[in-house]
Amino acid sequence: MSQQQSLYEKLGGEAAVNAAVDIFYRKVLSDDRISSFFEGVDMETQAAKQKSFLTMAFGGPHNYSGLDMRRGHAHLVERGLNDSHVDAVIEDLGATLRELNVSEELIAQVAAIAESTRNDVLGR
Amino acid sequence: MVNIRYAKDNFELGENQSVLDCLTGRGVPIPFSCRNGVCQTCLMRATGGTPPENSQNGLKDTLKLQNYFLACICHPTADLEVALPNDDDVQAVIPATVKSLKLLNSEIMHVELECHAPIDYRAGQFINLFRDQSLGRSYSLASVPHEDDHLHLHVRRLPQGRVSGWIHEELRPGETVEIRGPGGDCFYIPGNTEQGLVLIGTGSGLAPLYGIVRDALSQNHTGPIHLFHGSRDLNGLYLTGELRDLVEQYPNFNYVPCLSGGEAPHGFASGRADDVAFQQIPNLKNWRMFLCGHPDMVKAAKKKAFMAGASMKDIYADAFNVSQSS
Repeated sequence: MSQQQSLYEKLGGEAAVNAAVDIFYRKVLSDDRISSFFEGVDMETQAAKQKSFLTMAFGGPHNYSGLDMRRGHAHLVERGLNDSHVDAVIEDLGATLRELNVSEELIAQVAAIAESTRNDVLGR
Repeated sequence: MVNIRYAKDNFELGENQSVLDCLTGRGVPIPFSCRNGVCQTCLMRATGGTPPENSQNGLKDTLKLQNYFLACICHPTADLEVALPNDDDVQAVIPATVKSLKLLNSEIMHVELECHAPIDYRAGQFINLFRDQSLGRSYSLASVPHEDDHLHLHVRRLPQGRVSGWIHEELRPGETVEIRGPGGDCFYIPGNTEQGLVLIGTGSGLAPLYGIVRDALSQNHTGPIHLFHGSRDLNGLYLTGELRDLVEQYPNFNYVPCLSGGEAPHGFASGRADDVAFQQIPNLKNWRMFLCGHPDMVKAAKKKAFMAGASMKDIYADAFNVSQSS
C-alpha cells in the first residue's frame, strides 16, 4: 500500500460502524451509570445518533462542530451530565471495540477522538 | 437540468448539489444535522420519481421500499417530487364502500372495505378512516393484498371513541367512507426466508400481525414464525380458530394465545404476551421482531428485544396511541 490508511479505513469504515452500533448501544443502555439519560428517548432516533457518534470517533467523515456538541447535550448537562458519564461512554466504546477484536493501539486513537469532544459535550 | 418539486414549487438542482442544499438554500425549512447521510434527520420521501439507491444508505428496508431517502446525500439525475415524512397532503383521499361489519369479540369489529380506486399497500400498514373531513383515526390492515379482495380492519370500541363508536354503532354495510393511506413501516419484507420471526401483539394489535403472518406464509417464509397474542381474559382474544387452522396448515407457524389475568386454561399461556415471548425465546439474535398494540407494551418490548440480541434494523413496531381528542 503506497498511501497511509486513515484510522477510519483501518477500522473498516462504514461496515465497522454498522457492526459496532448495536453492541455499543446495548452496552450504554445496560450501563447503570448512564442508562437513565436514555430513558424515554426514541430508540431508533437514538441508534442513528449513536451511529453518527461512532462515525466521528472512528475518524470517519462528519460535519459536527463543537457548537453542535454543546447544543446537542445542553439539556443533559442540565440534568447533571458530568465527567464521570463521559468516562463511562468512552469505557463502553473501548469495550465494544475489544469485543470486535480491534487492537489496543487503534482503540486508544478512537478514545482520543472521543476525549477531544469532552469539554464541548459538557458545555465548558 | 434536474428539478426538485416540493410543496408545489419547483427548484432547479445545481451541479453537485444535494436535495438538502437545494431546498434549504432556497429557504425551505428541512431539518438536518450531520449532512453526511448518517444521522437520518433529513429523512424525506420521494412521492414522484425514484431516489438514487445510495441516498437510501442505512435506511430500514421498509423505508427504502417506500422511496424514503436522505436529502443530504441525494444527488438525483432525474426530476424528483419530494415531501417530508409527516406531510399528510401527499396522499389523496379514496372513497371506499363498507362491504361487511362483523364483531370478532365483544369490543372488536371486523370492517371490510372495498376501495373505489386501487390502493397499493402491504399487510401490517395502516390507513386513516374518516368519519368526516376533520375527524379520522388510524387503523391497521389485517388483509393481505394478493390474498384478500378487500381491506380488513379490526376496530376496537374505545370508551367515548368518536370514530370507533360511530363504526360500532352507526356505520352500516353499503355506506361509503373516506380513507387515506397507506402509511407505516411495520410490514414483512420478502427475502431472508429462513430468518425466525417473533410477533407480539396485544388487543387489536393482532390486526397488523394477522396480516403480516399470512403475508410471510404466502411468500413461502420457511423460518419459524411465532405469534404471541395477549389479552387479560379469554373474551379479549379473537381469531383463535383461524390461527389454530394456520398452525395445522403450516408446520413452521406457532400461535401462543396469552392471558395476563390469572390462571390460563389448557392451550393458553399464562402471563403478558411479551413476557411469555421473551421467556420462550430468550436469545433473539438474528430474529426479526414485530411489535404491535398498547404503546407501553411496544416500548418495553422494543428495548427488551434489542437487549436480548435482536438488531435494531430487525425490530418493526407499531404503537397504537389513543387519540387525545377522542
